[in-house]
Amino acid sequence: MVAPVVLVIAVIIGYPLVRGLYLSLTDATEANVARDIGMNHIPATYTFVGLDNYTAVLSDGVFWSRLGWTVVWTVACVGITFALGLTLANLLNRKMKGRTFYRLALILPWAIPAFISVFTWRLLYNEKHGLLNKLLQGGGIDAIPWLNDPTWAKLSVIVVNVWLGVPFMLVALLGGLQSIPGELYEAAEMDGANAWQRFRNITVPSLRSVSSTVILLSTIWTFNMFPVIFLLTRGGPGDATEILVTYAYRLSFVDSPRNFSSSAAWGVLILLMLSAVAVVYRRALRKQGEVW
Amino acid sequence: MRRRGIAATALVAGLALTATACGGDGGGDQKSGGELSGTVTFWDTSNDAEKATYKELAEGFEREHPKVDVKYVNVPFGEANAKFKNAAGGNSGAPDVMRTEVAWVADFANLGYLAPLDNTPALDKNEDYVEQAAGSTRFKGKTYAAPQVMDTLGLFYNKKLLEEAGVEVPKTFDELKDAAKKIKSKTGATALYLRGDDPYWFLPYLYGEGGDMVEAKGKKVLIDDPEGVRAFATIKDLVDSKAAVTDATDGQENQLKALKDGDVAMAIDGPWDIEGALAGKEFKDKGNLGVAPVPGGSKAQGSPQGGWNLSVYAGSGNLDASYEFVKYMSSAKVQQKTTEKLSLLPTRKSVYEVPSVKDNEMVKFFRPAVEKAVERPWIAEGNSLFEPIKVQMNKVLTGSATPDQAAKATGDAYRKLLKDYK
Repeated sequence: MVAPVVLVIAVIIGYPLVRGLYLSLTDATEANVARDIGMNHIPATYTFVGLDNYTAVLSDGVFWSRLGWTVVWTVACVGITFALGLTLANLLNRKMKGRTFYRLALILPWAIPAFISVFTWRLLYNEKHGLLNKLLQGGGIDAIPWLNDPTWAKLSVIVVNVWLGVPFMLVALLGGLQSIPGELYEAAEMDGANAWQRFRNITVPSLRSVSSTVILLSTIWTFNMFPVIFLLTRGGPGDATEILVTYAYRLSFVDSPRNFSSSAAWGVLILLMLSAVAVVYRRALRKQGEVW
Repeated sequence: MRRRGIAATALVAGLALTATACGGDGGGDQKSGGELSGTVTFWDTSNDAEKATYKELAEGFEREHPKVDVKYVNVPFGEANAKFKNAAGGNSGAPDVMRTEVAWVADFANLGYLAPLDNTPALDKNEDYVEQAAGSTRFKGKTYAAPQVMDTLGLFYNKKLLEEAGVEVPKTFDELKDAAKKIKSKTGATALYLRGDDPYWFLPYLYGEGGDMVEAKGKKVLIDDPEGVRAFATIKDLVDSKAAVTDATDGQENQLKALKDGDVAMAIDGPWDIEGALAGKEFKDKGNLGVAPVPGGSKAQGSPQGGWNLSVYAGSGNLDASYEFVKYMSSAKVQQKTTEKLSLLPTRKSVYEVPSVKDNEMVKFFRPAVEKAVERPWIAEGNSLFEPIKVQMNKVLTGSATPDQAAKATGDAYRKLLKDYK
């Protein structure tokens, strides 16, 4: 009965993966792959070039400097999102008036299509006409060049990504919290444990399997979070907010003819890095006694 | 195979490529009794102020050919190139006819996406085209487009503000810098809006120093010559001395708004924004909008030659109607209407003789300007020369690269792109 699984995996993951790997070892571009466009027939003229694409990417300083910022971006986004999500989930896990309303309100960022959110943020960030600077001016503070200064732009993209990411963390962690039996807390309370001790010794360990999963997922998503960066700053100003995937996009899809092979090489490298992260992370968890 | 190739690449790279499905398979080039029929999907790239006029003109084709259904689609300029490539390369969703930027023609033709128009009805009365406009339609001995409008950059200025400040229209960027102090103190407005987000606006500074991006004939990269360095230094100086304000994003909207609201006295802009500018409060009196040649640099004065052509997708299922549609959209009659309504420059010599065009203030200014405009290299990679400039001008303006570093980095990027260039 394993056949359907194998088939589906082969079709939707295996083929593109193998094809991408193959392309990354050639010099295929938009100009030399085979295609028929109406009256025009263009034959394939690309050749096998071995690891040339990889050496070109890895010997380019651009790759390493972008990798540095990508790591900072991922760690900052995941860290802040997780901390905020956990705090909010704890607050919402209590019995209080209007709990459903708050929960719904906090899910809202998730309900809006990401590109609409990002464009809205872009309007807010506009240096001269944006709401944020209008508010600051009201308080007598100078306008901040949100997207026009490298450092502010980095902060701005992180803020937007956190805003988009919190609902997911919130929902996942809230689910985790609700699966902890209330008796545990009651017993702890009887034993005289204070709120912090209960959080530290009951909540955190009980949430471990949920949080380890969401952190890994969130890391992978953030590492490859193309839309936020691309739509908000296009990687700018200059290349200040460019992460690996947006840079790969610029290198391979903005220039013409589009360079499929080097794009594939970037893709494979990104995949390798994320796989390595996942493996190391799992090992670390296993050492802590977590079965995942 | 090719389509899957892209899909694979994109998947592995984890890129979010939005496949666009915009009609366009309206086949049926069979003629019934010699009459054209079927659908012609037209991608227009004109801006918000212009699109209503273009839609009306495009649909006017249906009156001449009642059996043809024109599907007008407005595609924002910034997305049009990538969107067309995704659709054309994937053989699905590409339009039959597209309004194509002058630098895109060689690129698309090189990739086999365009139908050659020689000896088709699309090219009508060729000798009537202004030579500068026709230059960009040719690639490797064939013609791949019909010129629709041409343009170049000029200096838009607010006459009232310059008068209040008591300054003349600056002829060079140095004069502009000097005038800036007076303009600021007398009117409170900043002298210039400098488009820091769009590399096309870098060209007047580059040409002004006597530089260029590349020399296509000699296969030489020119941008990292001292002229290029000086061009980067000029934009930096204008912004640092507060003679100009700039932006790294949304420059198109911000510039137009700043000009319309009188926040800036001058802006470098093209005929496509005339309609938009005249809608602003500063230009309720249309006479308040002045247009002058772009200021010069230390060596020369020059702005890039631009414009739009009409090209036919090679995979179109309705070539006959598409050719006719191109012929109609580039006809003297339609060109005259676009000039009357939008003050855009025609590409046909005969249209310039029509009184309503001849007497148009904007045409009077822009026609001689276009004739002097600097021709860009019409090579397949022509459009790709812009991205490296964009990154570096951003960096220079935000202070994260010196003009020297910026020019060098741009030159390096060009050599990577144009493998046989020195």
